Amino acid sequence: MRLILEKRAETPLAMTIASPLIAVALTLVSAAVIFLAMGQDPWAALHVYFVAPLSDSWGLQEVAVKATPLVLISVGLALCYRSNNWNIGAEGQFLVGAMAGGWLALATHGAPQGPWLLPSMLVVGAIGGALFALIPAVLKTRFGANEILTSLMLVYVAELLLDWLVRGPWRDPQGFNMPVTVTFEPEAVVPLLLEGGRLNLGTPIALLVVAIVAVLVGRTLKGFEIRLVGEAPRAARFAGFDERRLTWTVFAISGALAGLAGILEAAGTVRMLQPGISPGYGFTAIIVAFLGRLNPVGCLIAGVFLAITFIGGENAQIMLRMPLDVTRVFQGLLLFYVLACDTLLLYRPRLVRSAAA
Amino acid sequence: MTLLEAILLTVITASTPLLIAAIGELVVEKSGVLNLGVEGMMIMGAACGIVAAIATGSGAAGVLAAVLAGMAMAALFAALTLGLAANQVAAGLALTIFGIGLSGVVGAAHVGAQREGIGKLEIPLLSDIPFLGPVLFGQDPFVYASFALTAGVAWFLTRTKAGLILRACGESAASAHALGYPVLRIRFLAILFGGACAGLAGAYLSLVLTPFWTSGMTAGRGWIALAIVVFASWLPWRAALGAYLFGGITILQLHAQGAGFRVPPQLMSALPYLITIVVLVAIMRLRRGGTAGPANLGTPFVPDR
Repeated sequence: MRLILEKRAETPLAMTIASPLIAVALTLVSAAVIFLAMGQDPWAALHVYFVAPLSDSWGLQEVAVKATPLVLISVGLALCYRSNNWNIGAEGQFLVGAMAGGWLALATHGAPQGPWLLPSMLVVGAIGGALFALIPAVLKTRFGANEILTSLMLVYVAELLLDWLVRGPWRDPQGFNMPVTVTFEPEAVVPLLLEGGRLNLGTPIALLVVAIVAVLVGRTLKGFEIRLVGEAPRAARFAGFDERRLTWTVFAISGALAGLAGILEAAGTVRMLQPGISPGYGFTAIIVAFLGRLNPVGCLIAGVFLAITFIGGENAQIMLRMPLDVTRVFQGLLLFYVLACDTLLLYRPRLVRSAAA
Repeated sequence: MTLLEAILLTVITASTPLLIAAIGELVVEKSGVLNLGVEGMMIMGAACGIVAAIATGSGAAGVLAAVLAGMAMAALFAALTLGLAANQVAAGLALTIFGIGLSGVVGAAHVGAQREGIGKLEIPLLSDIPFLGPVLFGQDPFVYASFALTAGVAWFLTRTKAGLILRACGESAASAHALGYPVLRIRFLAILFGGACAGLAGAYLSLVLTPFWTSGMTAGRGWIALAIVVFASWLPWRAALGAYLFGGITILQLHAQGAGFRVPPQLMSALPYLITIVVLVAIMRLRRGGTAGPANLGTPFVPDR
């Protein structure tokens, strides 16, 4: 017996929706097995991981807070991946956005500030992320340098740049030598939506972005161009679409969204700059993009699910003394299953006898 | 021991894991598969290597465990990309994320546990030659292995029929299949070889270079190995040159930091990554945009019976 793949003539709609759900279900089963192997009660552990974060208002707010950067980044990445541009440096673009916007907050610190400050910070953050993302894009179109490697290398560069800034020129003089900047002034902080929680204006901004990108992809010529270049590059060339311009566009958009996510995180949740302001959002967003089937609304749903795993992982570390890395294992497994299930969309797997083949 | 001698010795130790991992990936890519999961396989090798070495008290058992861990990770990648024809870029990224996470879980109980590194294999008489002796003949077994691997792979790819078939799978899987060669099986073996090499490189990190475990200890070396393959234009001996170039830069920036240059240490630490980018751009300029890579690199192949 062996497995062969037969190409499907068309993709059934039911499979398109079912495949990410199957992937999530398989991840949950694998999680239970891993918990069992680690000597935990699988039901109790699954509850801590995937149910408890949703059981009270505080937990729900935390899920929204964690989902916001994931959704923002993944929506941009989905545009890139659809057009065969492999930007995997969103983590770096996130940090540069936080630094660029944070720079404005620090430069005006202690000076009279106005309501213009926060919007300007968000814009500067997005521009910073976009410019940083344009580096691998230009290196790709101008020199043919592999964007996967260059965008990833720039993540390390951004991390070290942030480290230098908060230990050097931007360090809070009253910070007891800790590598942190001063806490941002109230005008430079993203306003909270509810009393006594952490939910802030960033979440509605992310929802707005999802809506805009969904319209852009589904209803405009640019969106068609992005899809066409990814799915049929030859046809796109015949149609006269400029592939280089498109590469710049999608990198700039995804960099801007990652940068926006970065400054929202710095000015909303952390309220200062410090190393480790991101628990790997830029990398997890890659998984979100694929789980969301490279579709903006899909990214929204997938972002909420992965946010739950982040909170569940933190809870499990405290309550069950499990290493935080378990979360990454689940996230990696989830992406494996998503990719495996995607095959079911394109091919019909069939077991045949070896002799017949 | 002179300073130059000391620098040369440290350059060798910094370059060896890069070379081993790059040679493995080179074979994988020559067969037409792009495995971006080198970082994940390498760090699993590092974690399993040190855990097995501590558990058994034997360095050899650690190395074996690391190689097997790398191969197991590679088999997972192969199941997805060959068995299910999944997107290779995404599967490689998944392998890296998964490996970094799993290595943290595997190594959690052993963070910082010290262990005596694997000793050097000094060749009698030859290692007594002044200067050249310790550098060329007083190294640990991995260093010799890395050069044996390079020579072996160079010979295999250019001088054997099996190597020719492997390259055919990378240039045109459809033609190789039409000639009756089992493309998927050949690619599977290549991926396993790449996994074994990445695991071995990981073992070098946790058993020789810094004989203890810290999570995330590969620090992007797997990605640099991938860049070295591009830099080398898929030629084994040029990969060795690339590995020593990057190893040299890593050590130079460490010595520059130690010597108290008035440059931020973060800038020095960023140098290997920045230089990777510069080198990638420079090599593409030299090639005038042509890739020189296998024509079918990264495209899944589904045999139509």
